[in-house]
Amino acid sequence: MLELFFGSLPFLRYAFIVGLLASVAFGIIGTFVVTRRITSLAGAIAHCVLGGIGAALFFRYEYGFKWSHPLSGAIIAAVIAALVIGGVSIYARQREDTIIGAIWAVGMAVGLLFIAKTPGEVGLDKYLFGNILYVSQEDIYITLLLDVVIILPAILLFNNILGVCFDSNFSELRGVKVKFIYFTLLIMTALTIVLMVNIVGIIMVIAMLTLPAAVAGQFTRRLWSMMVLSVILSILFTSSGLLLSYNIEMPSGPTIVVIAGVCYLASIIYKKLKRAA
Amino acid sequence: MQKNNIIEIKDLDFSYENNVPVLENVNLSFRELESACIVGPNGGGKSTLLYLLLGLLKPARGSIRVFGKPPVEARPDIGYMPQYINLDQDFPICVSEVVLMGRLRDGFWGAYSRKDREVAMEAMTEMSVEHLAKRHFSELSGGQRQRVLIARALTCNPKLLLLDEPTANVDPGMQEQFYETLYELNQRMAILTVSHDLGFVSDKIDSVICVNRTVQVHPTNALDGNVITDMYGYDVNLIRHDYRCDHEHKPGGCGHA
Repeated sequence: MLELFFGSLPFLRYAFIVGLLASVAFGIIGTFVVTRRITSLAGAIAHCVLGGIGAALFFRYEYGFKWSHPLSGAIIAAVIAALVIGGVSIYARQREDTIIGAIWAVGMAVGLLFIAKTPGEVGLDKYLFGNILYVSQEDIYITLLLDVVIILPAILLFNNILGVCFDSNFSELRGVKVKFIYFTLLIMTALTIVLMVNIVGIIMVIAMLTLPAAVAGQFTRRLWSMMVLSVILSILFTSSGLLLSYNIEMPSGPTIVVIAGVCYLASIIYKKLKRAA
Repeated sequence: MQKNNIIEIKDLDFSYENNVPVLENVNLSFRELESACIVGPNGGGKSTLLYLLLGLLKPARGSIRVFGKPPVEARPDIGYMPQYINLDQDFPICVSEVVLMGRLRDGFWGAYSRKDREVAMEAMTEMSVEHLAKRHFSELSGGQRQRVLIARALTCNPKLLLLDEPTANVDPGMQEQFYETLYELNQRMAILTVSHDLGFVSDKIDSVICVNRTVQVHPTNALDGNVITDMYGYDVNLIRHDYRCDHEHKPGGCGHA
């Protein structure tokens, strides 16, 4: 374990630090996603991120825009997707799942088309499946910045978000701007997803967003304690997955997700056995 | 003492997106400290009427005034208890957090003050749920949850209390005690309850508002089986709390209409 911090492999150290920092956002936002039951919305946002990444890579290649970085493309696409999907889920209740499914697939397809027209860009795998070992020192600062942007509203608006997640009608009656809170929550989710793409990739974002919170939810009774526990679990999953994948020479993203999945299964079985006993 | 009207509905129509009328030509007034029970078949528009009063829905035609204001502006003085069945049963929240929600407000700093906590504690004590404060909301029985949600509604010190199906899933033995509590609350606020259960029609309630696309108001003591059958369009089980079975033999009056 100590070799991660003090070893001679800086990329492993960076990966560990990014996993640690990102886990804070994963745990907090994951708890909201699980309790508010917006997993499919989060999945659609995640897949739209590829559209943004593809567009950014294409514009940089085609027009030489230096600022057109995959990360900025990812952030812009994620936030736009969050706003569109939020609007859909508020105003088009009846066909919500269909529209979200469409956004999910089209967002990804757009990304694939842009990347197909961007010669030299073959590293699609790192966006789809993530590779935490690619992160650089710069990523640590970006992760830290996004952490602050995500966590600050979560703390300041905690009671209002809790209210909206539990009973949005009642919160509206008490004067809470429910739509504003809901969109804030979706934008925070979108930014968290961008962080996750680095670590587990677009395809497996949902796993990291839901599994730590789902395990935590089995053992906690308050929203804030569920958050604290899912942050801890998130740190455990990412760092143990990182260590294991490095040692057995397997890709890090899937290793992290499988560990999280096994723990979730174990927590369900444990709960069932305990109830039966 | 002259009692003012706190609810005034004039010529109101409402329909959802499919344009099937849910409520038609509704006229209704309701005075301060009055109590009434909204009854009617499922899908008849009871909850719609409640949502209109809360400003969560807008009428297609006609006007609705609560405390002389549009419903949205009247919200601070309205306490609302939803059906707990519509809330997420797995949500990680304890009783005191649920009750404190009544003190939510708009703004960028959502922390509760000491005063908020005191008010929440008073409301829990009034509804006899203070001993459950730290319990998980979903561990509670149906009746306890309803008491918690009424406590939440009381924390804004309402002048009008709207209760959606407050006796659903409450043990019959507990219901009498529940009516007593409502009666006490009614001494300082008007109470409007929605119920599909006519057993709720108690002699403690001033009037019955029958909602089935149209709205008719009956004083509780004028209610009999014929009125109910007309309203529902079919026979229903009816238990009249103000009836004495040994004196009354009207068809449809007591027991099974």
